[in-house]
Amino acid sequence: MTEQTETISASECLIRMYDEQHEIEDYQKGVPRWCSGCGDNSILTAVQRLCRDEGLLPEKTVFVSGIGCSSRLPHYMNTYGFHGIHGRALPVAEGVKLARPDLTVFVNTGDGDCCSIGAAHWIHAIRYNMDMTMMLHDNQIYGLTKMQASPTSPLGLKSNTTPHGTYLEALNPLTVTLGVSNVSFVAQVVDWIPEVMYQVLSQAYHHKGFSFVRIIQRCTEWLPKLLDPWLHDRQRVLLLHHENGLEISPALAKSYTKMREHDPSNMNEAREIASAFDPIPVGILYRNDDVPCYEDLRHDSRLRTNSLIQKGLESEFDKFTIWADGNEPA
Amino acid sequence: MALEINQTESETVTTEPKFGGKAVMLEEHIVEIISDSGEGAQKCGQSFGAIAARMGFGVWTVEIIPAEIRPPARSVAGASGNRIRIGSKRITNGGNETDLVVAFNEQVLLGRVRSKELKPGCTILLESMWRTSSNPRFAKSYVETYDQLVAAGYRVYEIPMDKECRKVVSDPRKGKNMFALGVLCGIYSLDLKVARQQIALTFSKKSDEVIKSNVNLLEAGYRYAEEHIDIKYSIPAVKSTENQIVVNGNTALALGVLASGMEICAMYPITPATSASHYLSDVFEKVGGIVHQAEDEIAACTFAIGASYAGKCTVTITSGPGYSLKQEAIGLAVMGEIPLVVVNVMRGGPSTGQPTKTEQGDLMTTIFGSHGDAPKVVIAPGTIEDCFYSVITARKIAETFNMVVVILSDANLATSQQPFRRPVFSEEWMAPPIDQSAVPKGAKPYDWDPKTGLARRFVPGQPNGMHTLTGLAHDVNSHVAYDPEINQQGMRARSLKLATLQKTLRPPTVFGDPTGDLLVIGWGSSKGAIEEAVEGLRAEGKKVSALHLTFIQPLPPGIREILAGFKQHITIENNWCDQWEDEMIDETNRRYSALALLLRSRYLVDIDCWSECRGTPLKPNTVRRVILEKLS
Ligand SMILES: Cc1ncc(C[n+]2csc(CCOP(=O)(O)OP(=O)(O)O)c2C)c(N)n1
Ligand code: SF4
Ligand SMILES: [Mg+2]
Repeated sequence: MTEQTETISASECLIRMYDEQHEIEDYQKGVPRWCSGCGDNSILTAVQRLCRDEGLLPEKTVFVSGIGCSSRLPHYMNTYGFHGIHGRALPVAEGVKLARPDLTVFVNTGDGDCCSIGAAHWIHAIRYNMDMTMMLHDNQIYGLTKMQASPTSPLGLKSNTTPHGTYLEALNPLTVTLGVSNVSFVAQVVDWIPEVMYQVLSQAYHHKGFSFVRIIQRCTEWLPKLLDPWLHDRQRVLLLHHENGLEISPALAKSYTKMREHDPSNMNEAREIASAFDPIPVGILYRNDDVPCYEDLRHDSRLRTNSLIQKGLESEFDKFTIWADGNEPA
Repeated sequence: MALEINQTESETVTTEPKFGGKAVMLEEHIVEIISDSGEGAQKCGQSFGAIAARMGFGVWTVEIIPAEIRPPARSVAGASGNRIRIGSKRITNGGNETDLVVAFNEQVLLGRVRSKELKPGCTILLESMWRTSSNPRFAKSYVETYDQLVAAGYRVYEIPMDKECRKVVSDPRKGKNMFALGVLCGIYSLDLKVARQQIALTFSKKSDEVIKSNVNLLEAGYRYAEEHIDIKYSIPAVKSTENQIVVNGNTALALGVLASGMEICAMYPITPATSASHYLSDVFEKVGGIVHQAEDEIAACTFAIGASYAGKCTVTITSGPGYSLKQEAIGLAVMGEIPLVVVNVMRGGPSTGQPTKTEQGDLMTTIFGSHGDAPKVVIAPGTIEDCFYSVITARKIAETFNMVVVILSDANLATSQQPFRRPVFSEEWMAPPIDQSAVPKGAKPYDWDPKTGLARRFVPGQPNGMHTLTGLAHDVNSHVAYDPEINQQGMRARSLKLATLQKTLRPPTVFGDPTGDLLVIGWGSSKGAIEEAVEGLRAEGKKVSALHLTFIQPLPPGIREILAGFKQHITIENNWCDQWEDEMIDETNRRYSALALLLRSRYLVDIDCWSECRGTPLKPNTVRRVILEKLS
């Protein structure tokens, strides 16, 4: 057979481009069943917009989640999705990525899912630094199971398991993440500033490595008032900006005047910012593009042909073989 | 401290000539070499087994492993070494008690005596340096033990190993094992040429000097045996006309992973499964494979599930405690119909149990494990060779049926070596390439076939196949659905796949006559011991046969017909069942062994069981005793 190179006309090319141009509807599926006003809705909108703007092929994109209200997100994406078991979204996503580096992987997880039952995986995912974007939908409560305290619940919060208020200081997901070796991207956003959420998710997506985005998310069902003080007082949000971080639009700058220039390559400053909750720091806290990705470290560029496998296997058999008379290789 | 030595009834004085005369012909023998850990007895034993195998003997070697990494020197519980059964015929198990033992000190020897592993009156070659030890405690203990052993009828040879080795090397601690190997080669008339080759192979990564000094030690040992020991055995060997490979069960499993075409193994270290992953870590990359050591077993299993879901059927290897941790994830793979191979190299349980010891305690957990109805395939290799092929079979079934396939090996197979025919590579072993073709518009991710329960799987990357896999109850579109009918439909499909697989299985074959007084049923690593005992009793005219099951879920067809050919049935297993002798136990409360319980419920036949949980492999003599009791 002679080799054929595919040539297409300019007009056909345009048609194809048009065909491959996706609309936001192409990424939507079903009707979300979250409570009205739930912050998960705005996260969904942001990622659908991101997929469209980046022109992600739906069949090459996988959303992996655990269990919780937040983990329902993959069901509303018209991409591949994996809605697994409580706490284990990250190792599933790592398996997907190691097997198929060609796929774009997102992870959606809750504060219980990630910071409690899945905490070990969270620490190690940071260390593996595999190329994926993780969204921590942090509503500071267990939503799906009806209002139990989570590790990120503020001290004293009354819940169904802590009717007299929680006993322990909240766990800070940002400082924890920043404390793990190989950390390569850490950001924080709030669900009520969509512009910032979109921009941060976009940068997280473009970052090669494990991008950790904590999203402070409202649970209107169980904690309808918890975040009101921050929602209503714009001075209680601190915008982090930098030429290598968040770009603040003039419109945004008008509503949110509390800002701080922060270079995301500065770890010490990132840790200091991460430790404060009031005002809520929003933006990119840390970024390091030089941390190697586990899938690249383990990648083998050779084609895994049957003959490669056979060769390897035979040489192993040779090591253990007792040759019958006359069969001994020269 | 009491010695607790078995007294021999009568010491039959054999008229063996002092060596110099003719070697005594034997059909088979069991040899042990034991030392403190780190003194190289394992290497000696393995080499001895390999030399014997190369010469054409039937061989089965088992590691003797102390429960701790570095037990104190000279401790009763610290015996480390190897047990080698050699014979002129093919050998299928570790056999009964030991005939001849080489011990580097009297304490490790005592451990073996107390656990009744040594044949009464057996031959002991004992390092004698302790007799003159500068530590009076050692010297006293040595002399006392020696005297008691002799009084108990053991045939003890004191060998100044340390002194003899010093004639060849400066540090005898490093070379005593090869000296001992030479002694054994001398006693069993093994070919020195083959032994030298084996040493070169064993130390192939070391310098020529190291090889040379080890060969010198070997030859010194051989000469010592000829000059000082009045026993010489000869076992006729028939060299195989086929190429064979000699590996232990864990290496065979790892080779099976290579041969199955799988590309990723996700694991977390745990005894006695780890050595499979060690070996795989060493070789998998040569063929583009990856061993991923996860942060825990839950991560290992879910990582494997993620990789499988993405198109590359993956294996996760573990043992008891790790296997328990994987249960929820296994249920997810069952529910999502993700192919997955899980290897459980069983150890003693429950809890941390007996990490280095063998048991068949996980059968029920495997079949019924994970909450809800979670049908999965369970296969149990019965030989080292099975360990290799079971992985290839498991990968195929997993991908054909989109199911979880669990391979139940155990510590016995994991640490035993037995030669088997060198496998001939087949393209059919390999995994197919990942399907990235477009899914026909309108096709559904769980389009369950109403007859077989099978559904096609859509892999990420396939256009039009987008769906969200979920561990929640779901409909044909993979949409979450709690509708009663839809849940029934999904449960039915996942269960039907087992029946569909069962239709493709061949009935098992009976070892012995298809009819008789008693059928002994077993599974997994006890195959060799059971068949050996049955063969012996058949030769004595007993109407007993054996049935070994490799597929346990689903059980293959034809078993009902086989059971019908026998008056009585008993399973013999290496797990727990209540004993009739216990006062509280009667037919209303007796807990049966796992396989017996399964077979009783399926075939409504009054199948008895016998089992033990001693942490050691079943011995043919034990099986023999149980059969005779059952027949009487
Ligand atoms: C192993 C296991 N334990 C417990 C649960 C019950 N459970 C489901 S979701 C959840 C917590 C959800 O909280 P979070 O992760 O914060 O998600 P949210 O619903 O708030 O988005 C719990 C405890 C479960 N599904 N699996
Ligand atoms: S319970 Fe809370 S987190 Fe869950 S959907 Fe409702 S508002 Fe959202
Ligand atoms: Mg939550």
